[in-house]
Amino acid sequence: MDGGVGGFTELLAQLGITPGTDLAVGGNTPSVPEGTTVLALRFEGGVVIAGDRRSTEGNLVAHRSIRKVFPADDWSAVAIAGTAGLALEMVRLFQTELEHFEKIEGRALTLEGKANYLSRMVRNQLPMAMQGLVVVPLFAGYDHLEEVGRLYTFDVVGGRYEEQEFGSTGSGSRLAKAYLRTTYVGPPTEEEAVALAVKALVSAAQEDMGTGVPDIRRDIFPNVFKIDADGITEVSNAVLEPIAQEALETIR
Amino acid sequence: MTIPFYVPPEQLVRDKAEYARKGIARGRSIVALAYGEGVLILAENPSTTLRKISEVYDRIAFAGAGRFNEFETLRKAGIRQADVTGYMYSRNDVNARGLASAFSQTLGTIFSHEPKPFEVEILLAEIGPEPGQRDLFKVSYDGTVYAETDLVAIGGKADDLTVALRNGWSEGMTLDEATTLGTDAFHTVEDRESEGWEAAVLAPENGRRAFRRLDL
Repeated sequence: MDGGVGGFTELLAQLGITPGTDLAVGGNTPSVPEGTTVLALRFEGGVVIAGDRRSTEGNLVAHRSIRKVFPADDWSAVAIAGTAGLALEMVRLFQTELEHFEKIEGRALTLEGKANYLSRMVRNQLPMAMQGLVVVPLFAGYDHLEEVGRLYTFDVVGGRYEEQEFGSTGSGSRLAKAYLRTTYVGPPTEEEAVALAVKALVSAAQEDMGTGVPDIRRDIFPNVFKIDADGITEVSNAVLEPIAQEALETIR
Repeated sequence: MTIPFYVPPEQLVRDKAEYARKGIARGRSIVALAYGEGVLILAENPSTTLRKISEVYDRIAFAGAGRFNEFETLRKAGIRQADVTGYMYSRNDVNARGLASAFSQTLGTIFSHEPKPFEVEILLAEIGPEPGQRDLFKVSYDGTVYAETDLVAIGGKADDLTVALRNGWSEGMTLDEATTLGTDAFHTVEDRESEGWEAAVLAPENGRRAFRRLDL
């Protein structure tokens, strides 16, 4: 019986069932679906995190209603860009790890603790990243110690960067950030933050082939979560539809 | 050199069982009882930091009576087994019966092979995905498993508590009624005021993770 420090991933390692994080050197990188634009922004009292629904394989659309934003626990969410299969597995492991810690220790990790743990998970993927299978998450949550929403972006080596206003990851991230840079003036209200998130995704989708626009005919809208002192809630399609409609009608 | 005395296995088992029962009898008891669509777990616990009741998985809770370090070891092992099973297969593939069986094997092996048996009794409660479904298990120091559906008690006064609860329990009680029944049963059996309560419920309205602690 090991001590309390060994987390769930260490337990999997002891059992020999850790998800592989390495590829044979020199092998051809397989063509696999990749997720694209996700973003997060702070509002007064919390943080909004959102992602479009498209995944691509080369210049083809692999899936048009994939989910890229996931609640990590009741107070934080993780969004993913990059190799979808690996990223989804990373999210599942991260979710299990947070819950495992909470149950074993009887209290949840701090937000910074969660962000640091995710950073280590990304760092462990580096051999895969060097082979072209990159996974880069975006992490947002409510910090009970500071009583604010916070968000973190990462790089492929596990570098962790806290963003003060907004952050974005994925192929359309520069376009989304360019949109937010001109429209984000001081912390918005919660409703404004949701609208900004959807509009930034629509804006990014105009020039980035990897980013999907909301598909009203098929009822496919971005996944948007808001996290504040009351915890995490997913913004419903009923709220998103008029915002998406307006964004699609007014975008140039 | 001393020649070891021959001890007949019957006596060895009897002595170990007596030792374990004495240890458990010193500890305070814990009860679990079904109410409405949930399960209430109630423990007499003067400490507000050392827990006897814990969440194990989405719809499964654990409680341990007896030596803290011994049931804490089992609690952590249970959480590990549940999380690994749920991660490898599906969250729906984790159930209390499987965990009760694992605790039973561990405690049974320790009882037979170790010089000192564990002085613990374990309680597992699970509510099912369908309304009204529930399973309660008690695993004793030698690995014996008892399966119940309405109520179960562990610890020193378990038998007396079971009788007291059985007399007052009825299907479809509210949480308040169940709490009153539980605390009254403790007062009757122990014949003194409680030194503090630790309580938790498994309730379907709490969502995927049905476990919530209560303040009494």
